[in-house]
Amino acid sequence: MSSDGSALRLEGVRKSFGALEVLRGIDLAVEEHEVLCLIGASGSGKSTLLRCVNLLEPIEAGRIVVAGEEITARGVDVNRVRRGIGIVFQAFNLFPHMTVLENVTLAPRHVLGLSRVRGEEEGRELLERFGLADKEREYPDRLSGGQQQRAAIARALAMRPRLLLLDEVTSALDPELVGEVLNAIRELAAAGMTMVIATHEMAFAREIADRVAFLDGGLVIEEGPPERIFQAPEQPRTRQFLQRIIEAGRL
Amino acid sequence: MALRQGERARARVGPLGRRSRILGGGARSVPVAVVSTVVFFGLIVVLVVRSPGWPEVRRSFLDGDIFGDSFPDILAAFWINIQIFCVAEVLILVLALGLALLRSLPGSVFFPLRALALVYTDLFRAVPTILVIYILGFGAPALDVGGVPRSAFFWGVVSLVLVYSAYVSEVYRAGIDSVHPSQEAAARSLGLSRAQALRFVILPQAVRRVVPPLLNDFIGLQKDSALVALIGPVEAFRQSQIEVAGSFNYTPYLATALLFVLLTIPLARLTDWLVARDRGRHRAAGAR
Repeated sequence: MSSDGSALRLEGVRKSFGALEVLRGIDLAVEEHEVLCLIGASGSGKSTLLRCVNLLEPIEAGRIVVAGEEITARGVDVNRVRRGIGIVFQAFNLFPHMTVLENVTLAPRHVLGLSRVRGEEEGRELLERFGLADKEREYPDRLSGGQQQRAAIARALAMRPRLLLLDEVTSALDPELVGEVLNAIRELAAAGMTMVIATHEMAFAREIADRVAFLDGGLVIEEGPPERIFQAPEQPRTRQFLQRIIEAGRL
Repeated sequence: MALRQGERARARVGPLGRRSRILGGGARSVPVAVVSTVVFFGLIVVLVVRSPGWPEVRRSFLDGDIFGDSFPDILAAFWINIQIFCVAEVLILVLALGLALLRSLPGSVFFPLRALALVYTDLFRAVPTILVIYILGFGAPALDVGGVPRSAFFWGVVSLVLVYSAYVSEVYRAGIDSVHPSQEAAARSLGLSRAQALRFVILPQAVRRVVPPLLNDFIGLQKDSALVALIGPVEAFRQSQIEVAGSFNYTPYLATALLFVLLTIPLARLTDWLVARDRGRHRAAGAR
C-alpha cells in the first residue's frame, strides 16, 4: 500500500473549537475501494474529522490529502474539492423546499452543468437504486426518516464522488428504519465505493469495515481489521469502550 | 410509522371524541359571539349617537352629498398613491435584498461593505420618514444639477424606497438567519458555491418564512404613500384636503380613509392566511 495510492490520507490533523481541542493530531489513511469505520464515544472527534475532510471546517495543523492532492493547502478551490467528496449527515439535511428529485439533481445541474433532462434521468436511476422511485415528486417532510436518509445518500452520489463520508447516518432513525439505510450502504460497499463511516452500529461496522479505527479524545487510539479490534483489542481504552458497548447490549 | 400511530390515536378517540367536542364547543360559541358583538358595538353606537356634539360631527364628517361629490376626484387621485407604492414596493424588494446580502457577507475582506449596509439601515430607520421626504423632496431638486429629476413624485418614491428598504432588509436578514446552518453545509458539501447555496437553498427558504412580515411592512408603506403629498403630488390625501378647503366639511377625509381601508384589508387578510397556512404546514411536519 503506497501512500501515494491512498484515496484519503490525514497527517497530524488538529482542530479546536475555542479552548476545546477536538482533533489532537490524527493520522489515518484510506485506500481506494476501502471501507473505514470510525468508532468511539460521542465527542471523540468522529464527526469533526469527517467535516474537516469535506472542508466544512478548517483545520489548524496537519494535512489532508485526497487522491494525491493536498486539499488543505492554501489557494485550493474548495468547491472543486467538495465535488469529489460526498457527505451524508446524521440529520439528513435534505432541502425541505425541493422535491426528492430536485434535491438529487440540484448539484449535478448547477455544479456539473448537466441539462435538466440528463440530470433527472440520472437522478431517477439513483432514486430507483435506493428504492425511492415512487417518491421523486414528494417533499422530504412527507418521507419516513429511512427514506429521507436514502434520498440524502442518493443526493451525495449524484455528484459521482470518489469518496463518501457517512456521519452517523442511522443515529437519528427509529430502530426499525435503520436496516434499510444499512442495506443501502452495504450495496455501496459491494459496488466498491470508498467510504469513511462514523458509526455507533458496532455489529454493522464489524460486518462492513475493511478496517476500524477507534477514536478517543481526538486521537486514533487503535486501528486494524475489524476482527482484531472487536475480538482482541490491544489498547486498554479500546477494551473499556467495547466493554461498555457490550454491557449496553449493542454488540 | 408515526403517521400510522397518529391514525390509530384518532381512531381510538373516535368520531365522537376530541374532535366532536371541539366542534360542539364551537357550535355553542357562535350565538354567544354574535350576541356579545352586537351588544358591544350597539353600546358604542348608542354612546356616540347620544353624545351632545353628534349632530355637529355628523354634519361635518358624514355628509352624503359631499361624499358623493368628492369621491370621484379622490378616487382619481388615489391612483397616484397606487402608483407610488407599486413602484416603491418593487424597488424596495430588490434594494433590501441587496442590503441583507451585503450584511451577511463573510470574512474580514468585506468589512467595509458590511459596515456600509449597517450604517445605512441604522440611519434610515432612525430618521422619521416625513423628514426624509422633506429633505430629499426639497433638497435634491434645489441642487439644480443637470439630469437630476425635479419631479416631486420621483423624490417621494425615492424617499419611501430608502426608508422602507432599511426595514425590509432587516426582515430579509432575520429570514436568512433563520435557515439552519446545516442547510448551507449540505449545499456547500455538494460543491455549490456560496452564491449558489444562497440562491438555490437559503434564500428560497428564507423568503418563504418572511412573507408575512414583508406584507406587514407593505401595509405600512401603502399608508405612508400619503406622506408624499407634503412635497407636492396631489394624491388622495392632498385631494381630500383640497375638497375640505372648498366645502369646510371633513367628509372627504373619511372618503380617503375608506379607500385606504379597502386597499389594506385584502392585504392584511392575505397575510393572516399565509401565516395560518405556514403554521398548518409546520404542524403537519411536526406530527409526522
